[in-house]
Amino acid sequence: MVVNSVHWFRKGLRLHDNPALQEALNGADTVRCVYILDPWFAGAANVGINRWRFLLEALEDLDNSLKKLNSRLFVVRGQPTDVFPRLFKEWKVTRLTFEYDPEPYGKERDGAIIKMAQEFGVETVIRNSHTLYNLDRIIEMNNNNPPLTFKRFQTMVSRLELPRRPLMPVTQQQMEKCCTQIADNHDQLYSIPSLEELGFKTEGLPPAVWHGGESEALDRLNKHLDKKVWVANLEHSRVNTCSLYASPTGLSPYLRFGCLSCRVLYYNLRELYMKLRKRCSPPMSLFGQLLWREFFYTAATNNPNFDRMEGNPICVQIPWDQNPEALAKWAEGRTGFPWIDAIMTQLRQEGWIHHLARHAVACFLTRGDLWISWESGMKVFEELLLDADWSVNAGSWMWLSCSAFFQQFFHCYCPVGFGRRTDPTGDYIRRYIPILKDYPNRYIYEPWNAPESVQKAANCVVGVDYPKPMINHAESSRLNIERMKQVYQQLSHYRGLSLLASVPTIQEEAEPPMTDESQTSSGPDSPHRGPNDCEETGCSMAPDSSTTCPSCCAPPPDPEETLCTASGSKLNLTAASASLTQATATPLLPASSVRGPLSRAKPSSPSSLCSALSLSSSPSPTQASCSSQRRKGLVRKMRRSQRHRGRQSCATSYREGGGKPEDEEQEEAGGDERMEGDGEQDEERMEEDSTGLNQ
Amino acid sequence: MKRVKGGEEDSSSSGSPPEVSKKVRKQTSNESVAVVAPGSSDYEWAQLPQELLLHIFQYLPLLDRAYASQVCREWNQAFHMPELWRCFEFELNQPASSYLKATHPDLIKQIIKRHSNHLQYVSFKVDSSTESAEAACDILSQLVNCSLKTLGLISTARPSFMEVPKSHFISALTVVFVNSKSLSSLKIDDTPVDDPSLKVLVANNSDTLKLLKMSSCPHVSPAGILCVADQCHGLRELALNYHLLSDDLLLALSSEKHVHLEHLRIDVVSENPGQHFHTIKKSSWDAMVRHSPKFNLVMYFFLYEDEFGPFFNEEIPVTHLYFGRSVSKEVLGRVGLHCPRLVELVVCANGLRPLDEELIRIAKHCTQLSAIGLGECEVSCSAFVEFVKMCGRRLSQLSIMEEVLIPDHKYSLDEIHWEVSKHLGRVWFPDMMPTW
Repeated sequence: MVVNSVHWFRKGLRLHDNPALQEALNGADTVRCVYILDPWFAGAANVGINRWRFLLEALEDLDNSLKKLNSRLFVVRGQPTDVFPRLFKEWKVTRLTFEYDPEPYGKERDGAIIKMAQEFGVETVIRNSHTLYNLDRIIEMNNNNPPLTFKRFQTMVSRLELPRRPLMPVTQQQMEKCCTQIADNHDQLYSIPSLEELGFKTEGLPPAVWHGGESEALDRLNKHLDKKVWVANLEHSRVNTCSLYASPTGLSPYLRFGCLSCRVLYYNLRELYMKLRKRCSPPMSLFGQLLWREFFYTAATNNPNFDRMEGNPICVQIPWDQNPEALAKWAEGRTGFPWIDAIMTQLRQEGWIHHLARHAVACFLTRGDLWISWESGMKVFEELLLDADWSVNAGSWMWLSCSAFFQQFFHCYCPVGFGRRTDPTGDYIRRYIPILKDYPNRYIYEPWNAPESVQKAANCVVGVDYPKPMINHAESSRLNIERMKQVYQQLSHYRGLSLLASVPTIQEEAEPPMTDESQTSSGPDSPHRGPNDCEETGCSMAPDSSTTCPSCCAPPPDPEETLCTASGSKLNLTAASASLTQATATPLLPASSVRGPLSRAKPSSPSSLCSALSLSSSPSPTQASCSSQRRKGLVRKMRRSQRHRGRQSCATSYREGGGKPEDEEQEEAGGDERMEGDGEQDEERMEEDSTGLNQ
Repeated sequence: MKRVKGGEEDSSSSGSPPEVSKKVRKQTSNESVAVVAPGSSDYEWAQLPQELLLHIFQYLPLLDRAYASQVCREWNQAFHMPELWRCFEFELNQPASSYLKATHPDLIKQIIKRHSNHLQYVSFKVDSSTESAEAACDILSQLVNCSLKTLGLISTARPSFMEVPKSHFISALTVVFVNSKSLSSLKIDDTPVDDPSLKVLVANNSDTLKLLKMSSCPHVSPAGILCVADQCHGLRELALNYHLLSDDLLLALSSEKHVHLEHLRIDVVSENPGQHFHTIKKSSWDAMVRHSPKFNLVMYFFLYEDEFGPFFNEEIPVTHLYFGRSVSKEVLGRVGLHCPRLVELVVCANGLRPLDEELIRIAKHCTQLSAIGLGECEVSCSAFVEFVKMCGRRLSQLSIMEEVLIPDHKYSLDEIHWEVSKHLGRVWFPDMMPTW
């Protein structure tokens, strides 16, 4: 039987270590390599010109390499679902191969294509090569949850066998066995589009700093390894001014587009280490960057809402400000902080910035200064950053904004001091913000503090030639630390004074727990927090009840005073008030109208209603409540990390919106978190916790 | 939603230790199970006793209660029971400035109309827009027939109450102060509250006020806060800015009539570079410690390095110290000498020289220290290990960014976590940031 293969390139734009492509070649009579691209969609998508240029260069390189093997790349215009039925028929395709895409969007798209291929009687072969490990295996090992701390992730990975060894590049002989018919009008039909065709203006476009393509990637890999040997410090190298500039040994964009196989990098590093150090097993830190990438991929693979706050079970809900003007200043490098502006300029011009620079601008936009949602920042990076993988980008933004992964938030990068530590002379700033080039080192990070004479002498007056700082960093970081504290105190039931302890840390990495409970009940992280400790510290943890009820020092005064759910769940307030109005107006409504507001509400509400009605009946939640369920799980997990596992509880009531509301009330009722919290309330929380466990 | 005291009766829960009320709660919950479970088919739902309904409703979020209220007349009545409306959080957000939903205007109207006299524990969460802050003030001004026990005005993004016309804000707040005769907790950080309005507060609530948080309230003077301290002898927690702190204030809080203070939080913020700060006499601090030996003194510093002159030259009873901006080695050296009560220290940034001696000195003199966090600083690995060894297991919180630790001849980064874990008696790692 004739085997006509099509290999579909998406990421993985390379001929080396490409298992799916090997499968296409295996015993095939003909092979065609396609890339599907929708020029109309391209212009509209939120992807900047540098990223498109990089991609087109990578495709050129692929086409050139294929030419050398007497083949070509077929760039097909359109959407995969429209394109494939046509190709299947036209080329009498019997086998379709592609690299496994672990991202939720990709999985969905590929699912549809696989189904379509089946209908056409086309065999599909999918191979994993964009990540080192099988992500599902990691999740399975971690009790079917993605590890949410990097340490835990490392622990899981260290138990896995080494990643599969990379495959050799496709060879001439392999290709000769399954030659491809190249039509005379190939270039007319299947050429790689130009930037103009994609709707970009290329006039005055500066030359690319990063050139896309497998050849360039392999070249860089060699330089990268040489440099490691040269520096002779394999694991850690300290950051200096040079690190900030695009380096000819940088690899991240190549990993993003799959011009370089992560396994090739992995094994090269490993072998180099073993050669130089004569030790058998290299430390994890050798693979730092690769593992971070893997970590975020694992966290995202089953979470379609990974790139947003709403409906994302691992993301802490933070009341970010919406401020389009401030966002634009940040994105365009007009904040008035040279360090931030230089970084954003470099990002826009070149498409890459050092990870510390990413930390600096991400912190500035979110929790440090502007208090703007990480989602906005993520979108800007998605447009400009060459190595922005969906998972890694969103994950890093959540990390840096302290929205997930249990981050300490006490420390905000200072937009003046942090840059100065990294590059004391400020040459980096002079390069990207030439108007400041004549400023003395002393003022280059804070030109607004330079005396007028200095500003004039430097031909750049702040407020005229360069913007004034858009925000007072000291004031905004003071406010923002308080805001973060507010958010986290509500989550973790933490009522102490300590800033450090207000972040819930899971110590899942501490002991390697393998039982079902282990991940959630991994132990109280801080000794201050148990009920006993409250007593020990005495006055510092005085029950707040005494604030509300002078007569007694023990539990809060009367039950009714402290109960109440305040405004309840954040998500459904509109519906709540709507139905409340209805409720008061017409108390006896038929069931259908009760459902009215409900069905309009967020997906989680049916389950809340459902459990409200079946109040104390047993474990109810069905998959309908899945998302809020998971989120509740997280909150529970956070909480449980603070205190010991509780006893059995009796009533199960469903709360959605996480742990937030009830904590707030605790605070309301009590008066203040600091003075609140005797054993009683802790007991209750434990009950809540175990309530969750029973389900 | 709030899962609280199960028992309906004051007598059963108040004054009883946690153990007892816990039992009560369990019983009542079991009862509800017994009643509800078999009844799903032919029991008369409407016949549930009101107390039981109330008990159940207490466990439900507002939205669910609203749905339940539509089931029958009895449930609808239960929905409006005053006990369910004692505590409420108004969330005021504008679609243009916040991602979060707001409390529906109709709900607000309903509450003001039907439940305002039930409200006792009220807070307002307000986003960055002035409209939201004004809406909060409008609601406050309508709360004429309620007596609040706690009130919190919380800006969730920028301090938007500061943008409300001062007179509007003050008159709204005064409504609460005048009508509530037993206000015990008041959180009004970042608001334009002023001295005269504090006088009204004192005149009406001096016997009950226990907590007052008013950081960054620029219209209050040292005399204004002194008046509060003089009259409100039950005050146990106070948060304010350094410019309101005076020797007189500390002496007033240490007077015989005054209860023990538990928490004093001071924000030290400089409005303009090079600002000069006054000093507090050691004798005033001593008086505070004598009167309230266990009180926590929490200080947040947001100063430029050259503004620390007046601080830490003499012993100060600070327990929690947070340096939000770069602080010099010299100042940290003084901290090591003059802060014997220090429990927690956070240093967000420091210069380029390692903090070795300073940390060792802190370990030596601050014998209560149990939590430390270091951001943009440097410490050599050996000094850090020495520090941890000196503090030992009392260091329950140790949050050190990975870049802080400088490998030296004794320890590499891979080795240090073992060494530190050994001294702490638990597994420890430095804090990492993604290198992506």
